[in-house]
Amino acid sequence: MAKVVIENLSKYFDRVEAVKNFELEIDDKEFVVLVGPSGCGKSTTLRCVAGLEEMTAGEIHIGDQMVNDLPPRDRNIAMVFQDYALYPHMSVYQNMAFGLKLRKYAKAEINQRVREAAEILGIEELLNRKPRELSGGQRQRVAVGRAIVRKPSVFLFDEPLSNLDAKLRVQMRAELSKLHQQLQTTIIYVTHDQVEAMTMGTKIVIMKDGEIQQVGTPMEVYEYPVNLFVGGFIGSPAMNFIPAKIISKDSELSVDAGSFELVIPSEKEQYLQGKINEEVIFGIRPEDMQDKSFAEKSIQGGSIQAVVEVVEPLGSEVQLFVISGEHSLVARVDPRTQARLSEGIKLVLNMDKIHIFEKEPPHFRVKTEERP
Amino acid sequence: MGSALLFLTVYLIYPILNTAYISFLGRSSKEFAGLGNYWYVFTNTDMLGALKNNLLWLVLFTSITVSLGIAIAVLTDRVRYEAAAKALVFLPMAISFVAASVIWRFMFEFRPAGMDQIGLMNALLSNLLGFKPVAWLVNTRVNNFALIGVGIWVWTGFSTVILSAGLKGIPVEILEAARIDGASEWRIFWRIILPMMRTTILVVATTMVIIVLKVFDIVYVMTNGNLGTEVIANRMYKEMFNYHHFGRASAIAIILLLAVIPVIVFNIRRFRAQEAAQ
Repeated sequence: MAKVVIENLSKYFDRVEAVKNFELEIDDKEFVVLVGPSGCGKSTTLRCVAGLEEMTAGEIHIGDQMVNDLPPRDRNIAMVFQDYALYPHMSVYQNMAFGLKLRKYAKAEINQRVREAAEILGIEELLNRKPRELSGGQRQRVAVGRAIVRKPSVFLFDEPLSNLDAKLRVQMRAELSKLHQQLQTTIIYVTHDQVEAMTMGTKIVIMKDGEIQQVGTPMEVYEYPVNLFVGGFIGSPAMNFIPAKIISKDSELSVDAGSFELVIPSEKEQYLQGKINEEVIFGIRPEDMQDKSFAEKSIQGGSIQAVVEVVEPLGSEVQLFVISGEHSLVARVDPRTQARLSEGIKLVLNMDKIHIFEKEPPHFRVKTEERP
Repeated sequence: MGSALLFLTVYLIYPILNTAYISFLGRSSKEFAGLGNYWYVFTNTDMLGALKNNLLWLVLFTSITVSLGIAIAVLTDRVRYEAAAKALVFLPMAISFVAASVIWRFMFEFRPAGMDQIGLMNALLSNLLGFKPVAWLVNTRVNNFALIGVGIWVWTGFSTVILSAGLKGIPVEILEAARIDGASEWRIFWRIILPMMRTTILVVATTMVIIVLKVFDIVYVMTNGNLGTEVIANRMYKEMFNYHHFGRASAIAIILLLAVIPVIVFNIRRFRAQEAAQ
């Protein structure tokens, strides 16, 4: 149970900058997810917190202590690795007890803690097995068990679910969230999977090229991505991006994408006055594009004509890959849709949910609303 | 299958069986000698000395090459000049044992006290440390150790390279997990690295045992088994080529073969178990 403060962390590998000026405050009991594509520096950041990597600059505080110069074992942290990193020559029990033994806990205490953790994770009957006799999911649980018996002040997870199959991953996701509530401990969790970040984190940190792009709750980063990268990274399928121009016509503002023009809702106009006649990137999420025949009437939107290229029925919805003019788009529409391959379809875009990004890198989002 | 079997028979089985047969015959393989040759092997004082020395070789050579190999593998694993250091340790393997023995004869060269020492060992001993020079290969208290030392010099590189490969097979994450769990580097070595290298260590140790049972060239070149340095293989050579006693030489060969078999069986079994585990 501790607050973690990372100040101005930088890490170079020779001349390659892996993490740049990383600033983050993590409150006690928070579940923070560092997410980003591979090579974005998220694992390096975590390893710096763990003490497995020496940082080039910056300070890390865990609780009230500056831990820069402390070895991993004195930082009161526990870590779960991607490949589980279980000791292959030890039984499950010994794996979990190892850290406690090293810290000279009494036998009875060790026994009690290991059994307690095994019960929480449902691995009591595996305690005498060797890691090689376990399935991937079971190994994962043992690795988590080894972390929780120590009752550390911070848990570090380094892509712990990426070696599990899809179904198990969904299950473990829920279990880890539950575990977090049960243990009430600070968690720093690294993943490249935005779904994991969205579903588990109380706070998400999106990184790219060693730099933080955005910090926020899952819904904040989903609804108000600060730039094009975050907009495209969070959400699946990814947000549609269309090069466009803001134009003023008949005292209304519109988005001109070449093959179609869409009127911008009047309450957003005030924010876009400065962008008139400027090139921008227009973003819209797939679920904000609906089959016109089944769209809710309350949607304030403009419609476009498109040709269906691929139909992917998912049961609860249908994913449509369409072409409108020169733009390829993805829409998640009502399952009742009558869309047929190579046929035309009318899609309605929810203009309340649009995102406008600057054309020039780093493609900042243009403010189009007051955040609640 | 058929041709392989034929090849094995001609090439391996027949010589073994024929040697076994000869080992029950007399000096010139004309008369039956019963277990006489074997009786000789286990009662003759020269032979007993050779057996005793081989035991000394077995214990010292095996334990030191393996532990030195582990130490060098672990220590070089952490330095930037690892490749160069390991190449240096491995270098003696590239020299023939006869050449190595010649080199070490010079290293061990002895001149009586007061004369200029041309052997490195005695030069260091008398000029640098002020002790009396030691007749390394003559003094019966040290000559066996001197020979074993040469063997270790030659074979430590092999042991290092294999053990180093085993060490590299341990995932870094496991060592990191142990570090976070609270283990010191010393603890990690004893509790994680050594147990995880167990298989490799056994492979190297058994290989060393087989090598030591066959040790011949170093002894042949440096002392020819004189002054209490005799070993079994050298004894076999003498029986065969100096004394022309086919029966005794064959008996010694068979005994060496029998001594190696359990080690090989052990190796094969462990290899199979390992294959099955994967």
